[in-house]
Amino acid sequence: MHMLEVKDIHKSYGDLEVLKGISFSMNKGETAVIIGTSGTGKSTLLRCINQLHPPDKGEIWLDGVNITDPKIDINKIRQKIGFVFQEFNLFNHLTALRNVSIGLEKVKGFTKEKAEKKAIEELKRVGLKDQAKQYPAQLSGGQKQRVGIARALAMDPTIILFDEPTSALDPELIGDVLDVMKSLAHKVAMLVVTHEMGFARNVADEIIFMEGGVIVESGPPKQMFQNPKKARTKEFLGRISTLYGKD
Amino acid sequence: MESLPSLLDGLYITLILTFISLIAGLFLGIGLALGRVYGGKIVSAICIGYIEIIRGTPLLVQLFIIYFAFPSIGITLEAIDAALLGLSLNSGAYQAEYLRGSIQSIPSGQMVAARTIGMTKLQSIKNIVLPQALRISIPAWSNELIYLLKYTSIVYIIQVKELTAEGKFIAAETFKFLEIFAIIAIIYLVLTIVFSTIIEKFEKKLRIPGLGEKAKIGLRNAL
Repeated sequence: MHMLEVKDIHKSYGDLEVLKGISFSMNKGETAVIIGTSGTGKSTLLRCINQLHPPDKGEIWLDGVNITDPKIDINKIRQKIGFVFQEFNLFNHLTALRNVSIGLEKVKGFTKEKAEKKAIEELKRVGLKDQAKQYPAQLSGGQKQRVGIARALAMDPTIILFDEPTSALDPELIGDVLDVMKSLAHKVAMLVVTHEMGFARNVADEIIFMEGGVIVESGPPKQMFQNPKKARTKEFLGRISTLYGKD
Repeated sequence: MESLPSLLDGLYITLILTFISLIAGLFLGIGLALGRVYGGKIVSAICIGYIEIIRGTPLLVQLFIIYFAFPSIGITLEAIDAALLGLSLNSGAYQAEYLRGSIQSIPSGQMVAARTIGMTKLQSIKNIVLPQALRISIPAWSNELIYLLKYTSIVYIIQVKELTAEGKFIAAETFKFLEIFAIIAIIYLVLTIVFSTIIEKFEKKLRIPGLGEKAKIGLRNAL
């Protein structure tokens, strides 16, 4: 049984059909990278998976549970699906530490002490123990994003969804965030929408190329980069490699 | 000088009216603002209707309705209670609008982020949106306090013996209009200065570190 199974997901906004039948699956601890041009439905797909935008049609199964079932308690399921945003979306009125601990306290029912102890551990994991007492406005973009990752990690998710986690960062700050993500590989499953081809090539177990609301092709990085089956995949990867560098 | 004790009595009533209405108005305002922003069509329409009716009619007319017209439908209130009710209902509508502005100024991504870690809508509002919205509303709230303090003087018309009413009574008896009303004006002035200073301190203490500082530095450089 796969940890995550996405079955024939459709999603429209008004007359515009953004997702036209997406199916794929992921195993425990696997890293999958979704690539594709802008406006192709990559972010929408992530938002369908954690039901921020429930799909119109299709099913999503996580750990053997159909989470698109309307009877399910979605707040409970969301604890198992971490989400990291392009724009960080940290809670501005809380310190880095509280950003990470508040979910443990309010959602998981930890005591404040226990929640903060675990939050410190998570901040250590992303290399920000010394910034625990700082507020988001006092952190750099890369630090903010690492707090965002720690916030997702703290809930002990089975999978974390990353929505272009480095797209809003200055180039010199991207590396820190990618290093943290790399360190999580095989410890927690990651589904990453990104244009960072180096990360895709070196860290991903599976690359999914999306265009026009469907999956054009998917496979392990080696196959996708060296022997893509579809001409469109080859063309896209060629173009993006000149843009973002080969590694 | 012999008029001082009754002025103090009046001042006491003025302060009671101001603070109770401010606090009651705050809770009413929070409810109305949340209802308006998050309430769905029907709740939102009810909140908007309330806010528009209260803001679109004079406070004096509202007080007359509560004090003089309510008895005809079987609700008779003491003057002071009618004043408290009228001022609270009125302030609630204004505070709702200040708060709504603050709530809507908070980036919606924070609410989304709260939902992604499993918070319910209510938990997200309580833990993420409100603590920030209330902070942003403090300057407007300071305004409201000052308005309310002065607006309480209007309730002398329904026979509440607050500061202005006491003053008018004493002045009419002693014919010392200039002295009495000058003293009263000074009392209001001192109170507004004291209140706004306290709230400004409070605002500084609650300011979120780092937030807004860059904008300020940018402004200073531009100047």
